[in-house]
Amino acid sequence: MTARILALHGGLLALLPALHFLLPVYHHGNLARIMVLACYAIGYNLLFGYTGLLSLGHAMFFAAGMYGMGMALYHLGLGAELAFLAGIAAAGGLALVVGLLALRTVGVAFMIVTLMFSQAFYLAILLAARWTRGDEGLVLAGADRVLFGLDLTDPDIRFLLALGLFALCLSATLWLVRRPFGRVLVAIRENPERAELLGYDIFRHKLAAVVMSGLFSGAAGAAYGLMFGYVGASFAEVHFSIFPLLWVLLGGAGTVIGPFFGVLFMFYLIDISSGLTPAYMLVAGVALVLLTLFAPQGLMGEVRRRWLRWLP
Amino acid sequence: MEFGPYLMLAALEGAVTAAVLALMAAGLSLVFGVMRVVNVAHGEFYMLGAVLAFVVAGMAGGGALGFVAVLVAVPLIVAALAVAADVTVLKRVGYDPERTIVATIGILYIVQQVTLMGYGPDARPVAAPFNQRIALPWVEWGAGGPSLYWPWGLSITSYKLFVIGAAVVVLALLWVLMTRTRIGLVMRATQLDRETAQAFGIPVERVYALVFGLGAGLAALAGVLIVPIQQAHYLMGGDALLLSFIVVIIGGLGSLSGTLIAALLIGLSDGILSVFFSPTLAKIVATLLVALVLVFRPQGLMGKPER
Repeated sequence: MTARILALHGGLLALLPALHFLLPVYHHGNLARIMVLACYAIGYNLLFGYTGLLSLGHAMFFAAGMYGMGMALYHLGLGAELAFLAGIAAAGGLALVVGLLALRTVGVAFMIVTLMFSQAFYLAILLAARWTRGDEGLVLAGADRVLFGLDLTDPDIRFLLALGLFALCLSATLWLVRRPFGRVLVAIRENPERAELLGYDIFRHKLAAVVMSGLFSGAAGAAYGLMFGYVGASFAEVHFSIFPLLWVLLGGAGTVIGPFFGVLFMFYLIDISSGLTPAYMLVAGVALVLLTLFAPQGLMGEVRRRWLRWLP
Repeated sequence: MEFGPYLMLAALEGAVTAAVLALMAAGLSLVFGVMRVVNVAHGEFYMLGAVLAFVVAGMAGGGALGFVAVLVAVPLIVAALAVAADVTVLKRVGYDPERTIVATIGILYIVQQVTLMGYGPDARPVAAPFNQRIALPWVEWGAGGPSLYWPWGLSITSYKLFVIGAAVVVLALLWVLMTRTRIGLVMRATQLDRETAQAFGIPVERVYALVFGLGAGLAALAGVLIVPIQQAHYLMGGDALLLSFIVVIIGGLGSLSGTLIAALLIGLSDGILSVFFSPTLAKIVATLLVALVLVFRPQGLMGKPER
């Protein structure tokens, strides 16, 4: 039981470094981005897939991580290591505050509240243009982007660090969802009343899920900004809250490896379609509608339903 | 201009915003009230109304007759599109609240991008059928008691008055439809209890399609009315959606009278607030307020608490 789960996830993590030597330059760069974005999707999945809370405002956590890192690096002149931690802390703090407020609501109200908080966060970034440079964003100098002596402008190092972060996030989630804590989250998703009746403190478990989800998203945001040298307000827009929902739905909500495949599939779907038409959001829209209609379980959800019942 | 006339001008402009907002929010509130789903694509129906107004006005020719054609045809076209979306997508996800939100986000992107590809990224105006400037008087307290005078700049156009009047008439008709007709009764029955309504032989799915079409038609009508004042642009739906969300939430989800009061409140205060504060700050305060209202008073300011 445990052996095959370890084999599957370990196999994926072993395959990725092999791709490092095999892929052509273009796809090598893409995969680095995909792995960082997959961490964002993993964070989203923890809340949506496992706890059953649909947030429409996750871009604020991604952007909090990104701006927390960028501002610390750009204005305070902290090293990349400390700035990265500052980004994660900013996202975690924001998630705690938002969680304390938004978790008083459920269902549709929760979606709208997270959407509104995220919109306010985005507008606040534009308002504070003096420090954030508004729409233009901050461009981080290459000389600042050195993490423990590793130069992040080098694509090979970028790929390996992205892989490291992804491996960390993937194994942390795998460990988390198989512990009693993760089981309680699933219980809350399936039947909150019964979970409460069994004596679990629902609010604290949900809050912990929001904060952890925010930490993962923030780590992804901080890493994305650090690796690609740009911190921009477009990462806080509504679109960027919809994307993780799309990735997770596509890959399979409530599966550990689903988010990665969701990001992979969507990234290349948009990559290929934007070569054909400039209106790539049309593809995203059609994908969303088709998914809700025909495969609400997503790719890995279907795999689990048909073949691998043990998939965590 | 002195402060008094200035405030009156802001209030008049606010009343025009409130009229359009009330139409749009009434549609959103109706859909939420009866169907219990949030239609994120509502702003796009408003945008479609404005964009199609430009297209149909081009085909029907200008003048008052052309505008009447637009006023009748465009909401019907948009309502038909919405009914098609309801039957092909929403019905098949079973009106599950969360899946409906995801599906309507998809519809939003599709409508927006198709409009961008067909209509282009430009903002285009439609000429108002009539547009006389009406100067307004202001009372001055002089030495010899109150006297009327016409301050420079204090005026409104006849078209803006028409927008306010049209919104009042349409909302009154909606109220009559909901409270005095058989179809309104059927809608309210469906709203109260879907299963029981079905058990009494009400074709619930057809009622849902009708309500979804009606809601979209109201948004499209708002779009048609606004297009001689603002221009038609493919991204205009986003801000309108946000504002009508705010109105519906402040007024209490699903309560029509609350929605109207909130539309007046938001429309008027939006006109006056944006005079004194930076628009971005005003938007931040508004969005945070909505979020906090939902957190601490989920039934809205006017709504009754759920039992």
